[in-house]
Amino acid sequence: MTYRIVHYINQFYAGIGGEEMADHRPELREGFVGPGMQIEKLFNGEGRVVGTVICGDGYYGENTEEARKACLEMIKGLKPDILFAGPAFNAGRYGFACGDIAAAAGEELGIPTVSGMYPENPGVELYSKKTYIAITSDSARGMAKALPAMTNIGIKLLKGEKMGPARLEGYIHRGIRKSFFHEKSGAERAVEMLLAKLKGSEFRTEYEMPVFNKIPPAPPVKDLSKATIALISSGGIVPKGNPDHIRVSSAESYGAYDISELRNMTPENYESIHGGYDREWANVDPDVVLPLDVMRELEEEGVFGKIHPIFYTTTGTGTAVANAERFGREIGEELKKAGVDAAILTST
Amino acid sequence: MTREIERVAGIPVVQIATIVPIMLTVGTNRIVPGVAIPHPTGNPALGPEGDRAVRRELLLRSFKAMTTDITEQTIFEK
Repeated sequence: MTYRIVHYINQFYAGIGGEEMADHRPELREGFVGPGMQIEKLFNGEGRVVGTVICGDGYYGENTEEARKACLEMIKGLKPDILFAGPAFNAGRYGFACGDIAAAAGEELGIPTVSGMYPENPGVELYSKKTYIAITSDSARGMAKALPAMTNIGIKLLKGEKMGPARLEGYIHRGIRKSFFHEKSGAERAVEMLLAKLKGSEFRTEYEMPVFNKIPPAPPVKDLSKATIALISSGGIVPKGNPDHIRVSSAESYGAYDISELRNMTPENYESIHGGYDREWANVDPDVVLPLDVMRELEEEGVFGKIHPIFYTTTGTGTAVANAERFGREIGEELKKAGVDAAILTST
Repeated sequence: MTREIERVAGIPVVQIATIVPIMLTVGTNRIVPGVAIPHPTGNPALGPEGDRAVRRELLLRSFKAMTTDITEQTIFEK
């Protein structure tokens, strides 16, 4: 039989446009568009991409319920045997959309769904338990490997073939444990692991502890009228000309700028260099990303103490989690030394 | 970034951004949902005055967030 494949992609891979078209509404096209051609080829005559559902990443992120509903209707109408979404690599909003539509289609239509993402994509933590996510590289340079990885998993699912462990099949583990009889008892295996650990040789746990990257909330500000508040952004707002050459994406640095004399962000003094959203509005008035103008008003009205003189900024798109955490630690140290009481961090 | 600043400095960090599930995933404790991805703290479609009013309301809500005692991740809705 020929499997009916539906493919979900964003505005970029559909060739509609980049960030300026990120609000593109859900659209259905017949057959394959963009990377779907290769998926069909990899099915080697056993499957056909019957339709491609396209949605802008911004639209999906901002109107998730409407977008999901519209895309699901389109997918349903195509009577698919399987849905592929992406690959999204390390694009956060695209990963979120791919994971969300794959999870929804799997649940509503009862069909197998497969996406592809870089392990650090936020879509992974949100959706890896609800859809198969093939592990890809962090950018579209890895397309040639990502599509076979996704397709192989999809074909296995369609044919009902036995799915091996995540680390062997190349997908992100779904938190599912299968029971089987082992020739050695648990006690023996545990002692073997312990001995291996003591020797410093490699061993693999049979039960991975989840990584909780959550912390208890800091205590609240007691007296707002005396509080010094720092402004921080990952929205790529920098002094005009980007003097410290902060990267437009995958940032490896952040900037610290004195705003003590600044009342208002204007196109003359500040700009956005962020490579992950449409900068049209931010470049007309950077206050729509970093709200300095109204902060100054509220400061003068005495609603809070004062704005911390230093403003910290970077671009949060494709930025490695390890880097973002390092920026956070370094900025945190400085705020602590300066006796800052609270911070407002804006992200795009 | 938000979580690490809060952890190291020991101060409340309010994050204003649009995709709430991502803030929940990365461990933001005090969440104020923003207006839109390209303009989280304003709404240019409302004209200069409306835009500032939106910003003012979001900031007042952020102040409420930073002065509220919480025990878990909390979304501060309008």
